[in-house]
Amino acid sequence: MTEYRGWIHQRQKELMQRWYARLDESARTGWPPAICLMISGNCVELLEAFGIVPIYPEVNALQLAIRHQSLEPILAAEELGYATDNCAYVKADIGAYLMGLTPSGGRLPRPTLVLCNFVGCNTYIKWFEHVAAFLDAPLYVLDVPFLRGAEPSPADIAYVVAQLKELVHRIEALTGLRFDPDRFRDAVRCSQRVEDLWSRIKHLARREPSPFDAYFDAITLMGPLYVYRATPEGVEFFERALAELEAKAARGEGVYECERFRVVVEGPPPYPYFRAFRDMFARWGATAVASTYSTVGGIWEFGFRHDPDRPFETVALHMLAHNLTNRNYLQRYDQIRRYVEDWRADGVIIHFVKSCRLFSAGQGDMRDYLTKALGVPTLYIESDLEDPRYFAEAQIRNRVDAFFEALERHKRAGQRRIAV
Amino acid sequence: MEELIRRCEEIVRDVSFPTVRRWKAEHPEGKAIAYFPVYAPVEVIAAAGMLPVGLHGAGDRLEIQHADARFGSFICSIVKTTLELGLTGHLAPFDGMLFSSICDSARNLCFVLKRNFPELYVDFLHLPHNPESASSRAFLRSEYARLKAELERLAGRRIEEERIREMIARYNENRRLIRALYEWRAEEPHRIRAWELYVLVRAGDVLPVEEHTALLREARAGFARRQVKPRDSIRVVLESAFCEQPPLGVIRLLEDAGCYIVDEDLTLGRRWFREDVPVNGDPLQALAESYLDRSVASSVRHDWRYPRFRALLEKVRARRAQAVIFLIAKFCEPAYFDYVLFKRELERAGIPHLLLEFEEKMYTFERLQTEVETFVESLLFE
Repeated sequence: MTEYRGWIHQRQKELMQRWYARLDESARTGWPPAICLMISGNCVELLEAFGIVPIYPEVNALQLAIRHQSLEPILAAEELGYATDNCAYVKADIGAYLMGLTPSGGRLPRPTLVLCNFVGCNTYIKWFEHVAAFLDAPLYVLDVPFLRGAEPSPADIAYVVAQLKELVHRIEALTGLRFDPDRFRDAVRCSQRVEDLWSRIKHLARREPSPFDAYFDAITLMGPLYVYRATPEGVEFFERALAELEAKAARGEGVYECERFRVVVEGPPPYPYFRAFRDMFARWGATAVASTYSTVGGIWEFGFRHDPDRPFETVALHMLAHNLTNRNYLQRYDQIRRYVEDWRADGVIIHFVKSCRLFSAGQGDMRDYLTKALGVPTLYIESDLEDPRYFAEAQIRNRVDAFFEALERHKRAGQRRIAV
Repeated sequence: MEELIRRCEEIVRDVSFPTVRRWKAEHPEGKAIAYFPVYAPVEVIAAAGMLPVGLHGAGDRLEIQHADARFGSFICSIVKTTLELGLTGHLAPFDGMLFSSICDSARNLCFVLKRNFPELYVDFLHLPHNPESASSRAFLRSEYARLKAELERLAGRRIEEERIREMIARYNENRRLIRALYEWRAEEPHRIRAWELYVLVRAGDVLPVEEHTALLREARAGFARRQVKPRDSIRVVLESAFCEQPPLGVIRLLEDAGCYIVDEDLTLGRRWFREDVPVNGDPLQALAESYLDRSVASSVRHDWRYPRFRALLEKVRARRAQAVIFLIAKFCEPAYFDYVLFKRELERAGIPHLLLEFEEKMYTFERLQTEVETFVESLLFE
């Protein structure tokens, strides 16, 4: 097992630490201003144009979970009245705020604005209403129409653009800063470049063997992708990451010594057991060649890019149509189908997470589609992305093992349709 | 009177949708469009010569045999029973189904239904969550225009603006009567049992509006003639069962345990607007503006200009309620979330509250009964 850990991991850590240091500085000195924002289909380019630092509660929550620090804030939130069946990301985040707990140990600033980019996930609105209420901060809900047809309508685009422009005025009024259209275009240009590089990285996974794991390793790359997408640091990071992975591919190196299985993963990972979960796949030499979770922030592998010549419009288009959460469920089925076919996968792993109904409600039907309509082998497992109380390690391992054993037999026999 | 209520109860409980089947038999060209809770612009549907039907899952009348495998654990029952209705042929009288942006499970259900029932017209309305933005009005108007065009395609004929205005007037009248019944019930809660008002109002989900309006008038007169004495009960507001509906037994239990339910959000879609929708001018604009500016507060509609926790507090005060009972459907995430800020607000104001969880498929109520009785006693003997 030669799990790759190189410059990418080191640099990723540095970049994330630097982000937390900026947030700490903002908390201590009041500058730069900080705005709460969601990961999915967001307008971070607009914040970058003002030099505002984003606070990502989702990143904070997952960092707490991966460091095994999520249970305490979850319990604190439940004490306050949250239900066991509420999204545990929200509970960890709110609980951590109230306890003064942060993943870095530094401070988090009180947001100048709580900006809810509502892209599909209803929990986002509730979450940010609560952040605004508990921190006594102003709230703006940027309402993005859900993608109910194949493409957004002109009315959808006009609505989002109008709100983005209102948001500019709101930020100006709150911070006293002036909006700089040139800086906005620069930020959009950086995003465009990062998206291009990220997309090329994702397409490297079409090689056999794939030089990286498009689920587990993609998560390492997602931190810089979300925090630094619209910055020169982001461009520099992804240029070097691509070069490194291309070199690996050129040497014919895969994730493991032998790539035995190629899978597509649907659903977020169980962060409290990230390492244990990864090992369950590693021992089978199973590489994720694509994942839906890595497209929450944006789907770029099929060609969409921000465009500095149409900054507002392409920011709106990204929010409307080019991120996983604002696309409808059947479009997700189709996204998975494309991965299976174009990235040549042997099967699909569906990870149901109790916290996230956006991801998980209906995954049984998705499975029905994959196995019956497409004849793709699937594995269905359940746990949670944040709450350590819902991970039945032995049971999940048994299912994973049973799936790959069956997959191996069927691969040998040239059959496909299996479901565990 | 008792006969009328019994009829309503029957209509509401029957998942073979006899009133819809009857209407379709009488209107061979007519189509029936069901909508998932909580709100839909029924006026536009009715103006197309179609029957809008409010669907609230199958309650305890249908065993879930197929839908569990499609929706798995931790998902509320109404999502499953709605799919089960489809998978067992119960949605046959319907030609279309509408959903809106109320929660993540319901939204995914919309598209699961679309895949499994390609012959049905299944659509998703994006009802805006940023009423603060002036642009949300133009957007919602365009969304209603899109719906209108889809319905025209389905009906094979144009929908005249005048016809939408007429329907707005009819539904205004219906909503006005319901609002008045609610006002009256809050004044004289001993005259109308909560479960009676509930089935009476909910019958409107499956009846043509004219028929339901007539029923409301008849009931109003019947209730007024009733000779009943006030009971020794506490006045409570019931909150959070806005989508999945509790079994009738639960509503009866609350009353029997000593509660006057002076307001609730059980069938909120039937009295969605605080005042009439304007009948002049562009009807789609009027519906859009009414949704954004004149809707009742609800856990599925987000408007930070007037947060829902403040609206709840004002409702409690306006109804002179002594307490709030939260009746939350298991796994209903919007209700769970709102509970946290509701609770904070009520505690600041010193208003007692009780949290109860239910499932539409619930057959024994002993535990709930004990909880409610203890709560009521603690208030009566304070």
